[in-house]
Amino acid sequence: MAVALILVLIAVGSVAFHLWSPWWWTPIASNWSYIDSTLVMTFWITGAVFVAVVLFMAYCIFRFRHRQGQRAHYEPESKRLELWLTVITGVGVAAMLTPGLFVWRAFITVPEDATDIEVLGQQWQWSFRLPGPDGKLGTSDIRLISPENPLGISRDDPSGQDDVIVEGGELRLPIGKPVKALLRSVDVIHNFYVPEMRAKMDLVPGQISYIWFTPTRTGTFEILCAELCGLGHPQMRGTVIVQEQKDYQAWLQEQMSRSFARLMPQAQ
Amino acid sequence: MGSILIFLSALLIIGAWWLSKQGLMSKPWLEQGVATNWPPAENTSPATARMGLRVFLAVVGSLFALFISAYAIRMQLPDWRSLPLPRILWLNTGMLILGSLALQGARKSARLGKEDELKFGLLAATVATLAFLSGQLLAWRQLTAEGYLLASNSANAFFYVLTGIHGLHILGGLAALGRTTARAWQGTGLERLQLSVDLCAIYWHFLLFIWFVLLSVLTGWAENVIDICRQLLS
Amino acid sequence: MTDVPLDPIGAAHAPVIDDVELYHPHSWVTKYVFSQDAKIIAIQYSFVALSVGLIALVLSWLMRLQLGFPGVFSFIDANAYYQFITMHGMMMVVYVLTALFLGGFGNYLIPLMVGARDMVFPYVNMLSFWIYLLAVLILVASFFAPGGPTGAGWTLYPPQAITSGTPGGQDWGIILMLVSLMVFIIGFTMGGLNYVVTVLQGRARGMTLMRMPLTVWGIFTASFMALLAFPALFVGAVMMLFDRALGTSFFMPAIVEMGQPLDRNGGSPLLFQHLFWFFGHPEVYIVALPAFGIVSDLISTHARRNIFGYRMMVWALLAIGALSFVVWAHHMYVSGMNPYFGFFFATTTLIIAIPTAIKVYNWVLTLWRGDIHLNVPMLFALAFIVTFVNGGLTGLFLGNVVVDVPLSDTMFVVAHFHMVMGVAPILVIFGAIYHWYPKVTGRMLNDTLGKLHFWITFLGAYAIFFPMHYLGLMGVPRRYYEIGDMAFVPPSAHTLNAFITIVALIVGATQLAFVFNLFWSLRHGRPAGGNPWRATTLEWQTPETPPPHGNWGKNVPTVYRWAYDYSVPGAAEDFIPQNQPNAQAASGSAHG
Repeated sequence: MAVALILVLIAVGSVAFHLWSPWWWTPIASNWSYIDSTLVMTFWITGAVFVAVVLFMAYCIFRFRHRQGQRAHYEPESKRLELWLTVITGVGVAAMLTPGLFVWRAFITVPEDATDIEVLGQQWQWSFRLPGPDGKLGTSDIRLISPENPLGISRDDPSGQDDVIVEGGELRLPIGKPVKALLRSVDVIHNFYVPEMRAKMDLVPGQISYIWFTPTRTGTFEILCAELCGLGHPQMRGTVIVQEQKDYQAWLQEQMSRSFARLMPQAQ
Repeated sequence: MGSILIFLSALLIIGAWWLSKQGLMSKPWLEQGVATNWPPAENTSPATARMGLRVFLAVVGSLFALFISAYAIRMQLPDWRSLPLPRILWLNTGMLILGSLALQGARKSARLGKEDELKFGLLAATVATLAFLSGQLLAWRQLTAEGYLLASNSANAFFYVLTGIHGLHILGGLAALGRTTARAWQGTGLERLQLSVDLCAIYWHFLLFIWFVLLSVLTGWAENVIDICRQLLS
Repeated sequence: MTDVPLDPIGAAHAPVIDDVELYHPHSWVTKYVFSQDAKIIAIQYSFVALSVGLIALVLSWLMRLQLGFPGVFSFIDANAYYQFITMHGMMMVVYVLTALFLGGFGNYLIPLMVGARDMVFPYVNMLSFWIYLLAVLILVASFFAPGGPTGAGWTLYPPQAITSGTPGGQDWGIILMLVSLMVFIIGFTMGGLNYVVTVLQGRARGMTLMRMPLTVWGIFTASFMALLAFPALFVGAVMMLFDRALGTSFFMPAIVEMGQPLDRNGGSPLLFQHLFWFFGHPEVYIVALPAFGIVSDLISTHARRNIFGYRMMVWALLAIGALSFVVWAHHMYVSGMNPYFGFFFATTTLIIAIPTAIKVYNWVLTLWRGDIHLNVPMLFALAFIVTFVNGGLTGLFLGNVVVDVPLSDTMFVVAHFHMVMGVAPILVIFGAIYHWYPKVTGRMLNDTLGKLHFWITFLGAYAIFFPMHYLGLMGVPRRYYEIGDMAFVPPSAHTLNAFITIVALIVGATQLAFVFNLFWSLRHGRPAGGNPWRATTLEWQTPETPPPHGNWGKNVPTVYRWAYDYSVPGAAEDFIPQNQPNAQAASGSAHG
């Protein structure tokens, strides 16, 4: 009796917690609302299964609990029932997987007009590089890193000369314009994570990974590192500021004084 | 991770074939009484030992398949510089083949009850295998002397690690072979020896096979195969 | 059909290990210390694994204290915190759960359940335990090594696992961890060979595969998987050890560490992740499959009903075992690997949900129209279903590649895997201990203490891990020494963290009641008799309880039926032991 009741309470309580607890995701600020929809749909399907299974258990425990003289029903298997349950499960799984795969394809297919930016992680801070007026990032190599050239940008590549470098500070992005973030690490694996953008990807030393997103809301958002990177992991924070196009352009003009070539005049 | 997946698929086929003979589709609740097909007649102590060895070889196979998977992934990175294989490896290969052949001979003599030939076979196998191991050590020394150090390139590191792990397995086998040889000299009965010799022979053949695979990977003969493997999820 | 007692030596169908071949111990030391009796080895394995579990429990307390009350406990600095989470994770996954299910339950139950006198290679089996103990000692030794244990997280991802920004990375911690894992794998291989070959070759007359209890199926499949999957960890450990100690570049690319270029070149950190998860994902099922098997038998026995759809259960077990080798990269969706793999691994991962769901349906359908005795083992089995379904369903979030993106590396993942491979299997372990303790010791565990232990553990664990999902959904990353100020985290989340910590302390303390029960009942428990649960499987039919070395006295049992003849219409009792030839006979004759 008590056991059945507690199981009912668990099922009902879990749903109530889901619906009314104050803890939910932070409002989205990027184009990935599809991810949110897929997630919500998964919540509904899995939640229904959970409640159904637990309530059915509670019913069985109440209805078929041991009483004097009771004997269990003998039935080794029921092919029909098992087949039906398999088919229904398969349909449920497909219902979650199919939209998931479509959204994933969008997630890894970068639109043509995306601006390349670079995010560079190191223990334990973020640096960024934005393309200058030519819209292109110069090549880089980890072996070129030095105190004067902390990002290891190649001096011989002309497209790198006008790159804007933001070290350990804030990343600014214009609203409504897709960005492709090229992710690079100089030491260990980090992970570029902005909860409001719903996007997340590892920065792996020795290779360049990427994500893309379009900011859809102005404001200041936190960048976290989401892959254990040593003692300073929780302190590895940054900010991304999404601005209106004209504010962004004004800021970018200001930053031209901090282009790679200006910072390293000997490179000329 | 192609090579490990191919290896596991082979195991899966063997497993599925074996299970298909075990009445997996039967309805056990309808069948009462002593099953006539269990245990099979070959369910004896030697059969158990052979089964144990076979399962162990599956584990060893999985270990090497994984090393080769790692090799295949690592070798496509730009810093990879293949190293020239020392000539002595061919001599070593010959020695390992001799060891395997000698054990096969010993196996046959044990079955036929020819004690002297059995002793000779065991001894020859031990000597040939020791020659293989010393040859491998010489190959290491030669490479080190030529400057192909462990840490200087991953191709070198893989060479040392693969040959080292293979050598350790041979060394473990030698311990068993040594015990068997000692027992042969102490005059243990042929029936009991027969099983030990059998197990040693199977193990040697398997490690010889692994050595051929390693050799084909290290020399680059297997380049095409590795390319195909690499396409599979790595 | 009559029961023909087998001649232990000369019969055509003699079991593999005859009485004459068994090693007979001569002294206390060979009987109880260097024992070759699988049952003693099982107790040794379980004792060591449970002790490691208690250490891991204390570590979890310490890290919860930090998370719930950041900054209050000055002795938990970031260094110590990362060492605690790493050791807690590795200990629980490998040294507790794997060792307990396979080394503990496998050793005890396989020979008894298939009607063998012992494991087929008893000497190797003994070595397996001592090598396991050595691995544990090496692991624990890292607490006392200079620099302390490694703090790389249990996943040990390079380069950070072997660089100076991580506790133990440039000290002894990581070396001892890798060596300990390699030793463990060697020891496990010895044990695993025994478990697999005993099932293949050591079964009693009449014990066909399809008559085996699902416990044996689960442990057998898991052992086989472990034998094939652990080499991946071994390969990764060897290569990382070389990278750390000998300066090779298997996993180490050219990096600049704290402004200093390291003399490494070209290695691939992702290669390690592939190797690690090639072991790591099957490992989840290596823990889960024995739990699946055991829980099937608990539910069937205590609901007095055959396990529903036995054949489907066996097929599902095998399907899960095979599929679990092609899902590993779902741990790596955001690792920077080729993004197109996401399609393949999301599909395989969600497909594996189907056989798993079938198992859940069959468990609850076994309850349907049963005769449910709510004994302590049954309560644990029911609680397993609740937590496993919960944790399994959140697995569908993380397996579906794009849904994983926002949730990956957050507390959602922590909550998910604790629910599904922490809480759920541990509830099964508790249930199994309450169930088989009478066979091991001849006495019942105390029921009142058992129920107290059950309710606090189950409800507490659910209250810890269910709300934790929502912290992750909010975006709180895992492996953070302190959350600090995050704009998107409301202050109420800190209250939730404190709540979780308090519940964790209570649940942890309750385990002391269980430990007390284990020792107290050894002397004061109610005498159990040979078959207190009126179960059908062979281990309950031994002539003596606890069973002596050799298990069966003079005659090895002959098996006449499958393991689930409960409540058969027309039978005198509501269970028919597997070794009873005639359904009508009184069951009392089959056991002593």
